[in-house]
Amino acid sequence: MSLWGWVLLASAIAFGTKLVGYLVPATILDDPRMLRTANAVTIGLLSALVVMNTAAAGQGLLLDARLGAVVAAAVALVLRAPFLVVVITGAAAAAGLRLLGFP
Amino acid sequence: MNDMDSFTRLGRHPAFRTGASVALATGLYGISFGALGVAAGLDVWQTIALSALMFTGGSQFAFVGVLAGGGGGTSATGAASLLGVRNAVYGVQLNAMMRPGPALKPLAAHVTIDESAATSMAQPDPHGRRVGFWTAGVGVWLTWVAFTVLGAVAGDLMGDPKAWGLDGAAAAAMLGLLWPRLKTGDAWALAAVTALVTMVALPLLPAGIPILVAGAVAGLWGWFGSAGRKGPREATA
Repeated sequence: MSLWGWVLLASAIAFGTKLVGYLVPATILDDPRMLRTANAVTIGLLSALVVMNTAAAGQGLLLDARLGAVVAAAVALVLRAPFLVVVITGAAAAAGLRLLGFP
Repeated sequence: MNDMDSFTRLGRHPAFRTGASVALATGLYGISFGALGVAAGLDVWQTIALSALMFTGGSQFAFVGVLAGGGGGTSATGAASLLGVRNAVYGVQLNAMMRPGPALKPLAAHVTIDESAATSMAQPDPHGRRVGFWTAGVGVWLTWVAFTVLGAVAGDLMGDPKAWGLDGAAAAAMLGLLWPRLKTGDAWALAAVTALVTMVALPLLPAGIPILVAGAVAGLWGWFGSAGRKGPREATA
């Protein structure tokens, strides 16, 4: 198969995977226990995303300026900063640490 | 309230600003994807097609990463598809929270990614979840495709997004989205356990799988434990 073929096939699989979730009946979460489970899964997924965006490097862990960004963002959140300020704080912390020579 | 109402009220909701911030911070990363795609041997149009059609960053980076490492189309497609499985998990949750009509489901599915799911789930009310989802989803799609074009055509001139701290911005954004959910001791304990699970799993399992393990652990926690017992109605539509 040509490279175009693989690009389109992989894109079709990605879309189909996304759509499958939307075909699960919404009433599945009307059950209180399922709802409780879904809420827990949400926290678990968000927490995993924080770790992945902070420390993942391909298949492995890498501690670099991103860790400083998350610490700075946590301080901003404790100080009740709005979301955009939290994001900018993270970017400034990472960029600043890299200027100082951190990886 | 129907979905058209959500659309017309987008600009007036605080979730819109959150989604727009996420769209800008994430979209800028499209520059590195565009540059990497061309460097991996794809032409400019193939690189743009991945951003517009596959539209799930982790899978796209895996696809071009395998090609750049000398792998073929089969393994590139396999790695990308494995990484995309988490989007199905988001789909189940977003479908239950937003209840999109049949006509909107394909569009909602296409813009279902880490950022739109996280922005939506972080909002306290059903309307905010829709606004957050569509703003982040459509917003990231627009910026992601636009900056992919820029990166594919002129990637070498833009420099490394890391020097601007954009990877730090992404990590900070995710923490900002998790934060409002950490209101109880249970929630903190669950977040800590799943963070630890992810850290342990990252070096051991293929990319894309650790978040599914964390999701499964959290599911067991919710099913058998007491997490989320306080005010579950408040947290889901």
